[in-house]
Amino acid sequence: MSTTTARPGTTDTAALRAGSRPRRHYGTHIFLTVMAVMWLIPLGWSLYTALRPVASTNQYGYFSFAGDFNFGNFAQAWTQGGFSTYFWNSVIITVPAVLLTLFLASLMAFAVSRVSWKFNITLLIMFTAGNLLPPQVLAAPLFEMAKHFEVPYSFSDSGNMLNTYIIVIAVNTAFQMGFCTFVLSNYMKALSADLTEAALVDGAGIWRQYREIIMPLCRPAFAALGTLQVIFIYNDYFWPLIFIQSGNRLPITTAINNLQGEFLSNYNLLAAGAVITVIPTLVIYLLLQRQFVAGLTLGSSKG
Amino acid sequence: MSSTAQELIPPEAREPGGGRIRRSSGGRVRRLAGRDKVVLALMVGIPTLIELVLVWLPTLMSVGLSFTSWNGLDLADIRPAGTGNYQYITQDYPPFWPAVQHNLLWLLFLALIATPLGLLLAVLLDQNIRGSKIYQSIFFAPVMLSLALIGIIWQLFYQRDNGLLNFLLGTAGTPQAVDWFGDSSVNIWAAMIAATWRHAGYVMLLYLAGLKGVDPSLKEAAAIDGANSVQTFFRVVFPAMRPINIVIVVITIIESLRAFDVVYVINRGTNGLEMLSALVIQNLVGEGQVIGVGSALAVVLLVISLVPIVFYLSRTFGKENKA
Repeated sequence: MSTTTARPGTTDTAALRAGSRPRRHYGTHIFLTVMAVMWLIPLGWSLYTALRPVASTNQYGYFSFAGDFNFGNFAQAWTQGGFSTYFWNSVIITVPAVLLTLFLASLMAFAVSRVSWKFNITLLIMFTAGNLLPPQVLAAPLFEMAKHFEVPYSFSDSGNMLNTYIIVIAVNTAFQMGFCTFVLSNYMKALSADLTEAALVDGAGIWRQYREIIMPLCRPAFAALGTLQVIFIYNDYFWPLIFIQSGNRLPITTAINNLQGEFLSNYNLLAAGAVITVIPTLVIYLLLQRQFVAGLTLGSSKG
Repeated sequence: MSSTAQELIPPEAREPGGGRIRRSSGGRVRRLAGRDKVVLALMVGIPTLIELVLVWLPTLMSVGLSFTSWNGLDLADIRPAGTGNYQYITQDYPPFWPAVQHNLLWLLFLALIATPLGLLLAVLLDQNIRGSKIYQSIFFAPVMLSLALIGIIWQLFYQRDNGLLNFLLGTAGTPQAVDWFGDSSVNIWAAMIAATWRHAGYVMLLYLAGLKGVDPSLKEAAAIDGANSVQTFFRVVFPAMRPINIVIVVITIIESLRAFDVVYVINRGTNGLEMLSALVIQNLVGEGQVIGVGSALAVVLLVISLVPIVFYLSRTFGKENKA
């Protein structure tokens, strides 16, 4: 393909590059531009549809520039479509799940990476493997466990753990903990052993080593993993689908599918719902792109 | 290793020797005080208990339930069924073999089209071309979206009468218009393209990180030996990215086994979009609630996914055991 026009630098030193004229990459640019346009079309089309009132599309059709453009569909999705509720549900599930995941994973990662113990590798394998399983494999037993775990009606109106935020938070935490433990333990292993040994000499216990020495050094890893986990759990479609039955408790990612059924012919509203769902991830991406990318590559960089 | 993990660590806190796991076990092994033992037991015990109860116990229960017949209501109604459920799914359950084929097709599509596309984008964007960051952001944007949302967004694009694709093809509103997600002869391809939209960006990102980690002197040495850029890439750069390649292989296989959200959003995994993962859920949430059959399907999914999982774990942890 167009790779032939673009020669990857053979004498790739900064000094040479600064001196030489920039290489021409016309073929590469044409290819990348075509791909980029194709990449943007689905998102652009959703945004365009969302901005047009349904009256305009009924009158002029979907493929037209005529008619009004406004945020009416967004307002309607937010209020009548219940997106304000769904969005809040997403917050209620995502925030505790991410904090719990990071906290528990940091405990586990500290223990397996900073203290020698013969089951370290076994435990780490168990955690890592757990995160790689397809979630559908555990769905039936988890559903039945939640259904047969009886709690007072004052705690849950279903009389069991179904239809509660807690079970969704717990399962998300358990599932994501494996990945975070794996990443954090690699990170902690790369920290110098001298750090904690000096503390040992001073008589610091395990908890102080964890809390006062290792945790502060792990801040960059927490920032990266935290960003990643917010996106992962916010984007989780599956667990709420299994555990939550009443529509008004669904988080936004799972709920948007209901909009498809409710407003069958109103694609403008569906598009507005889709765009609203994208906005939080887009904001996080724009603000914390570096963290997010670091988080994604953290897990894969270990060979 | 070329890990971003270590780049994040301030240099003064790094383990000497590039951060490889080097245990200077002399001072490390020391008798723990009683209080420290309790603290450690809790640090290991609480996460392990959660992991066992909410991940591994359900996995084992899936295996157990696959040999029973149960409607999911009363625990006393669980009856042993031997291998009956497996015989049923392989012989009398019509969507099973189409689902296996679709999973395989999905894997091949990701492996032969989406993953190489991501690699190509990474290689092109790695050569310091103008606007590289903007291109990267564009290709990466779908990775931020959930697969469920991707199903919805492409639904708007693929629709029969009001979708953009049929308009661009000039068939919108005519009898020739294709319902891309509804027509069982094309919808799997349409869904795989939607999945590629996300997968290629993810692969691109991982390879961009991998390419940055390749020692430039390797490329220079190859150039001095007279290799052209294509040879340099396939003989030197690509093999040097072995750790990333393994991760990509595993991610591609696991993503194809997990392909659930997209097909479930489109039509719950029926009518041309049968997938093993969707069949599992259909048997659990449907009116019949055939837990035994659903669990047998889940076990099939589990056994297949253990192949890439074991491969990855042995690659990742094998070295440490020897060290």
